[in-house]
Parts: sequence; C-alpha cells; structure tokens
Amino acid sequence: MASGATSDTAGPRAGPTRPAGRGGWSLRAAGLLGSVLLTFFGLLAITFVIGRVVPIDPVLAIVGDRALPAVYARVRQELALDEPLYVQFWIYLSKVLQGDFGTSVITSRPVLEDILRFFPATIELATLATIIGVAVGVPMGVIGATQHGRWPDHLIRVVGLIGYSVPIFWLGLVGLLLFYAKLDWVGGPGRLDVYYEDIVEPVTRLLLIDAALAGEWDVFANAFSHILLPASILGYFSLAYISRMTRSFMLEQLRQEYVTTARAKGLSEARVVWRHALGNVMVPLVTVIALSYASLLEGAVLTETVFAWPGLGRYITDSLFNVDMNAVLGGTIMVGSVFIGLNLLSDMLYRILDPRAR
Amino acid sequence: MTALEAPGAGWRAWLLTASPRSRLQARLGALYLGWLAFLANPLALAGMAIVLALLATALLAPLLAPGSPYAQDLTQRLLPPSAEHWFGTDELGRDIYTRVIHGGRVTLTIVLLVAIIVAPLGLAIGTAAGYFGGLADTVLMRITDIFLAFPRLILALAFVAALGPGIENAVIAIALTAWPPYARVARAETLTLRESDFISAVRLQGASALRILLRHVMPLCLSSVIIRVALDMAGIILTAAGLGFLGLGAQPPIPEWGAMVSSGREFLLDQWWVATIPGIAIFVVSLGFNLLGDGLRDVLDPKRR
Repeated sequence: MASGATSDTAGPRAGPTRPAGRGGWSLRAAGLLGSVLLTFFGLLAITFVIGRVVPIDPVLAIVGDRALPAVYARVRQELALDEPLYVQFWIYLSKVLQGDFGTSVITSRPVLEDILRFFPATIELATLATIIGVAVGVPMGVIGATQHGRWPDHLIRVVGLIGYSVPIFWLGLVGLLLFYAKLDWVGGPGRLDVYYEDIVEPVTRLLLIDAALAGEWDVFANAFSHILLPASILGYFSLAYISRMTRSFMLEQLRQEYVTTARAKGLSEARVVWRHALGNVMVPLVTVIALSYASLLEGAVLTETVFAWPGLGRYITDSLFNVDMNAVLGGTIMVGSVFIGLNLLSDMLYRILDPRAR
Repeated sequence: MTALEAPGAGWRAWLLTASPRSRLQARLGALYLGWLAFLANPLALAGMAIVLALLATALLAPLLAPGSPYAQDLTQRLLPPSAEHWFGTDELGRDIYTRVIHGGRVTLTIVLLVAIIVAPLGLAIGTAAGYFGGLADTVLMRITDIFLAFPRLILALAFVAALGPGIENAVIAIALTAWPPYARVARAETLTLRESDFISAVRLQGASALRILLRHVMPLCLSSVIIRVALDMAGIILTAAGLGFLGLGAQPPIPEWGAMVSSGREFLLDQWWVATIPGIAIFVVSLGFNLLGDGLRDVLDPKRR
C-alpha cells in the first residue's frame, strides 16, 4: 500500500513498461492489450499456485472428515484433483473466465455473487476518499509549489509525510475514539445505524446513491455520517500522495518559460498558477489519481476491518480466517483485475490527453 | 576551541580539495559533501535520530525495560499510565512500556529479514535481465511487471493465507511482493553500465558472465538499491504492522506493535492507551524511515542536486 509511495521520481505511472515509440497507434494499443492480458494471466497463475500451496485438503473442506472413502474419491474426481497440474490450471482458467470462482464455504453462495454484494461498499468508500483526496490534495500541492521553500511548503510536506507514515488502522481507531466516542460528531462502525437498515431497496448497492434515489434523506444522512470518518481517513492517505505529486509536477511547470511569458504579459499570479500551470499538470495528475484510487482499494482492507465496513476487503480477510480459499482467491482476483484495469485506464488516459504521447 | 578546530580544518581541506591525490580521497570527499548536504536538512537528521534511537532501543531493550514483555499480572490489569507503568498495562497486566520497547526488536527483525531477502533477489534479477538482455530480459521484466501490477497488501494476504499466519510467513509474503521495484532499479543501472569500456575490458580478459555480474556490475548498483531500501522501510513496517493487526503476522503473545494495537481494540473506549501507544510507536518509526529515506535520496540522487 505504501510501497514506493514516498518516491515521486517514479513518474506518473509505474505499471507495465511502455513500448518504444515505434509503430502506429493501433500497434501500440495491441502491445498494451497484450501486456494487460499477460498480467491478468499472471494474476490467475499466482492465485492458482497459492490455491495449490494451501496445506488444506480441499476435498476434506467440502465433505468433512467423516465422509465415506467413496464419497471422498468422487468429490476428488469432481474437483479434478487427480489430473495433471496443467490440466487443473486449464480448468481453473476456463472457470474463472466464465466468472465461476467456486462456492464460498462460509456463505454457501457463489463467490461471484458475494463479491458483487460486497464490492459496492468498498467502491463507495474508495470513491468518496478519492474525492476528498483530490479536493484537498491538489490545492495543497499547488500552494506547496508556489510557496516553494517557505513555511506553507514545509507544513504541507510534513502533513503529507505524516500521511505516508501513519498506520491507517491506528488512525482509524484514534478517529473512532475521538470523533465517535468522545465528540459524537460521526456515526460509528458499519454503514448504517441498525434501525435504518433494510429501508432502502438495494439498486446500485452504493448506499448514498440508493438512499438519494429513494428519497430517503434520513437514511442518506445516517449513511453519510457513517462513511465520513473512514472516507476521510482513507482520503488523508490519498491526499498525501496526490499533494506530493501535484507539488512536484507544479514545480516543474512553474520553471517553464511560458509561465514567465504569461507573467510578463501581465496576467494575475492566480491566473498563471491555477489556469496555465495547473492546466498543464492535469494530464499527469489524472494518472496519479487513477493510481491512488487503485491503492485505496487496497488500503480499504485495513480501514474496513477497523470500521466493520462490509466491503470486499473485509470479505477477503474474514474468509481468510475461515480458510475459505475460493472466497479469498476470488476476492484477490477481483481486486487485482480492478487494479490492472485502473493501471490500463491511467495509461490510456495519459496517451489520450497528452498530445505528445500520441 | 582553536586547538580542536585546527586539525579539523586540515581534514576538511583534505576532504574538500579540488584535486584529490587518490581514489580514496576523492571518494571520501564526495561522501563528506553528501554528509554536509545531509546535515543541512533538519528533517533528514530527525529521521536519522529516530532510526538510530530504534536501533539503540532494540539493542538495549533488556536494559531499558528490565522486565519480561511476557510477564503477566492479572491483579494489575488495564492500569492507566503512571510512574510505575509509564504506558499503563494491558488486559493481561503486562507492562505496555516493556512490550513496546521489546516490540522494536520484532519490527527491526522483520524489516531486516525482508531487506536481506528482497535486495539481493531484486539485484540478481535486475542485473541479470539488464546484462543478458534479449529473451532473458523480456521474460524477467514481464514477471516483474506482473508482480508490480498487483495490489501489494492483498497479494501478501493471499500468500499468508496459503502459508499460514506467523512472523516468518509474513516476512516471506512481504518479500515476495516487495522485490519488483528493486529489480527495476538494478536493471536500469545495469543498462547504463553494460556497454561501458571497463566491462568490455573485463570481458576481453575472459571473465565469466557470473564474475562480471557479481564483481563488477552489482557493486555499482548497490547504492541505488540501498536508497530504495531506505525509502521502502516505512512501507515494509506498515505492511508488517497491518498484517499483525489483521492477526496474520506475528502471533500473540509476541510483542509486535500491530498485533498489540489489535488486541487493544476491545478496550479502546475505556482504556485508550492499550491500543494507541503501540500505534504511536509504529507511526514514529515509519516517519523516521521516511524522513531518512527522503534525505538520503536528496543527497545521493544526482538528479536532485
């Protein structure tokens, strides 16, 4: 989660290597697609290996230890465990590609159904956190760059560094202690208070949107009071990254000659900074925001545990403790796919928005 | 004062000379300049102080906190911080100060083990890819990219799920997810070295590829890898603490900070110190490594001078 977060030399993206600037747009798009497919294949291969390494007999997990040998043998055959590894991998691959992650031992629902049920809560959390991170982080980065070397810059740097260094689960606990238990400004753990549950029909499963669609503003307000703290804490994490990158991009732009020109022709400083320089920073910034969104999906694992947030991260950890490997691997594949997708998206946005990259 | 300054000035002149007489003098001079730049950065100094303090606490833990971190006293449960128990006691009456101090050892062990696994692994993969090029490069870098494209904590979770919880497995899981950036750094360095004359000279003398990599390429990649390690430390500490908090890293009763925060959660509302104090320790140490890493990069990265 915080890996390499402190290095802003990594540039706007750190995903698969970009092919050299040869060939046309379609050729490079094909190369990009190829590398994405390869990465996805790698994800499946790794989850397959993890599934094989587990020191638990998957047959025993299904039939229990008092099953008759014949039943055991039949299940073993159904799971194709007697086949050679490459055949098993092929079966695994074709199942996953059809959206079949197996059945969760705990909920006894198909894992895919579980994921679709839990993922929206995570998306809601990560999206609000990103909005907070962008709304606060970008202005902070701009101010840091314009006040380069003066106290606002140092202050902003320190605020960012704290964001990199603080254990997010601890910050969540302290936040709960202060803002929920002591001050009572926000709702407690969970997405809603008990007496607001099941009022709103789940349409998108994004509670805020569902409540707004149904016109249940009480529920909306309650849901908002619950999501505010975890989203702010996740948002702080993304703010640290976004403000740092914004600052370093802006510093680069403010050194350019067009900035001098703009100042020389008498534009106000605000217009130079917020319109001209920031406008040019937007392209790399979009990729940074996409990447930070991806890392929030991950940071959500710890935040969800602290706030008893029924999202995908908690689904994965809960399943992990119950050795529900189908659920763990399904969740991992899901988060990994979204991660890969966001990497691809940030790459494509970069190419589309920046005329030099075309 | 003057008596002390005179030899110091002599050393300074020797170190800062524009025409060093030997390679050693030039190297030491460059180091000294870096050190001066480092000293001029108060945040980096603070970071170094924190890291040194962590090392000292870990080394001197039995002296700083003479009691056992496992000693329980159920009559002394959940006591608030006092003169006797500086940080209070936890749910089993163990002294939290003692446990936090000894926890420094656990954290340091994890971080060092990960660094010992990850740096050589990344170095080997990166230099091999960069030096041999061609198919080897493509294959190795594709694998690196695949690992890079994954969410690190989730992947570590999945690995721990497969291997079972515990410190050793947490170290392995973190290491398995942490090596790709090192491989990239080492590869980039190797690419700039590969065509240089001294490598060709060694090759013409008949040195094997292994010898060239081990003796001539890897030593020159070390400094970038070390900066990367310093920058990565905080991330490793936070991941390890996160795994501990989730109950997948160090297992109780080991005094691991993340696990301590987790066990204090139950008492958060009434006995805040049980969960918050170990968290402060994690925060301070990872802040220290971040500050130090930033400072080192500013000094050692030529692009930033």
